[in-house]
Amino acid sequence: MDGISIIFEASLWAAAIRIASPLIFATLGELICERAGVLNLGIEGIMTVGAFAGWVAVYHGADLWTGVAVAALAGAAFGLLHGFLTVPLGLSQHVTGIGITLLATSLTYYAYRIAFPEVTSPPKIQTFAPLEVPVLSQIPILGDALFRQTPLTYLAFVAVIVVAYVLYRTPIGLAVRTVGENPAAVEAQGIDVTWLRVGAVAVGSAFMALGGAFLTMSAFNSFYFDMVNGRGWICIALVVFGSWRPGKALLGAILFAAFDAYQLRLQQLAGAYLPYQLFLMLPYILSILALIAMSRRAGYPRALMIPYRKGER
Amino acid sequence: MRLEPRTEPTRSIWVIAPLVAIAVSFLVAAVLALIGGASPLSVFAAVVRGAAGTQFALVETLTRATPLIFTGLAVAVAFRAKLWNIGAEAQLYAGAIMTVVLGTGALPLPAQILVPMIMVAAMMAGALLLLGPTYLKTHFGVDEVVTTLLLNFIMILFVSMLLDGPLKDPMGLGWPQSKRVIADAALPKLIQGKRLHFGFIIAIGAALIVWFINARTTFGYEMRTVGFNPRAARFAGIPVNWVMAKTALLSGGLAALAGVSEVAGLKGNLTLDLSPGFGYTGIVVAMLAVLHPVGVIAAAIFVAAMFVGADAMSRTVGVPNYIANVMVATALLTMVTAMLFTRFRLKLR
Repeated sequence: MDGISIIFEASLWAAAIRIASPLIFATLGELICERAGVLNLGIEGIMTVGAFAGWVAVYHGADLWTGVAVAALAGAAFGLLHGFLTVPLGLSQHVTGIGITLLATSLTYYAYRIAFPEVTSPPKIQTFAPLEVPVLSQIPILGDALFRQTPLTYLAFVAVIVVAYVLYRTPIGLAVRTVGENPAAVEAQGIDVTWLRVGAVAVGSAFMALGGAFLTMSAFNSFYFDMVNGRGWICIALVVFGSWRPGKALLGAILFAAFDAYQLRLQQLAGAYLPYQLFLMLPYILSILALIAMSRRAGYPRALMIPYRKGER
Repeated sequence: MRLEPRTEPTRSIWVIAPLVAIAVSFLVAAVLALIGGASPLSVFAAVVRGAAGTQFALVETLTRATPLIFTGLAVAVAFRAKLWNIGAEAQLYAGAIMTVVLGTGALPLPAQILVPMIMVAAMMAGALLLLGPTYLKTHFGVDEVVTTLLLNFIMILFVSMLLDGPLKDPMGLGWPQSKRVIADAALPKLIQGKRLHFGFIIAIGAALIVWFINARTTFGYEMRTVGFNPRAARFAGIPVNWVMAKTALLSGGLAALAGVSEVAGLKGNLTLDLSPGFGYTGIVVAMLAVLHPVGVIAAAIFVAAMFVGADAMSRTVGVPNYIANVMVATALLTMVTAMLFTRFRLKLR
């Protein structure tokens, strides 16, 4: 097996789609927040909350989809807090977001230790099982990659379509897009800028939490400290890479994940000659490079990070 | 209810805000203690006893505060110029790497020369590490929050790589740790037989120097102006990008000193758990201090007391020590909120 032939293996692409799934959810979430004009650096912490909330609900007997809902609600709650602090109060979105990440992460760890005081290896749950789509899963390579995944992965793809539809084809989507560009125009339409933005941040945060929930309910079957491991920050880069568009963001997430899956395999191949840490660095380096590459033509929402106060210019 | 801009900015909030922030974080902690099945008062008593009840506790608190003063200063300096340096964690490790590279026997020099040399080299490493994201910010418009955050992850992997390779201690029994620094590179202890070391004095000195730069030099004035209104600063003839670059050098250098002080003063070698998030906690310290360098000393001691106290408390009362992390995060968010009222008043109608 050599570096090139790996690319044509179905298992690589199946892994890529699996790795991409949490990124798709969280990138969509960040995209919704930023489209409404609010940078949400709480993403890393909100993903941690989602990972824990969904998992602990299932551990206590809830069925898997209830767990998913619990995760989304927990994420939305932190989104409301971030929204309240940054929209009506207009606090620095940078500092508040970091604060939300610190708060969400530490509350999660506290709750984990309260719930499981003495465990050395965290308890496991029965996670989502892969669901083969009839007929389609028989297509070579593509079938293995796309149609033998868990339901949460399918949900991620559906979410992209739904978010794109809502953003570009519905009045509320138009309002969200406009409020991120020119809040005064939305105000002139008689729509409350504050509620619209806070609502978008809450919904976006729910998506981020789903990204976290994917980790504990589909990718792994348990909750670990530091399991989000910078994925949230990578998603912020992916939003820029995708020029704030759901479809491009999806493409970016899959490309990124394919690269990640590729480096994992390359690591086994070249691990004897190169330190494994170099491979683990690649995703983060790639994110920075993507930010630089896109910076020149980034069509970021013009009111991003600018608080709106009625009557102020 | 709405916010109304104040015509006269008020300064009393500068004193009230930290007190409110601390009060709210204790309130949240009380609720968490109840959830954890302990009485809040017994938790607080145990935290205070563990942080300041004995000479040992007090020394431990000041020892823990030392790196937080450095990272707090690094953040305060950068944030004042609205350079969002979230990468103090990586800059700390850059400083730690330089300490180990120069201080484990490569340079057999007397302490009076070796220690300052290590400090300068470390500051340069930390400064350069922040200069990259700052350049990307000023020249490409790349958000420095994301790049500095991502660099934290890259850096810890880089350290891990070094500890598996060139910096690996051959006598370390396979553990990822570096050789110990030689006696001439080590910072002396302040009290014989205790953990508190000379790094604490350097930290206080650094705070005073930063205060002097802020309050008494043109550079300090330029940093404030750039942070307050970059467009006005540019209009006034201040070279904004150059000021940003200088701010980055100062900020990154200060964070790197935290690494020097931890390795040369306390731990003696470099490991992967050198910093339990000192870089991130530095953000909280800086905000609690209202970005004031002398306030950073007090805020760092307070935050360190929370962590040291909570560690002791969790051993005796049994409530998880993560309660300290929650309190610190709550204090940060409350503090930012309270500071809003320096510029606005709440109008009920």
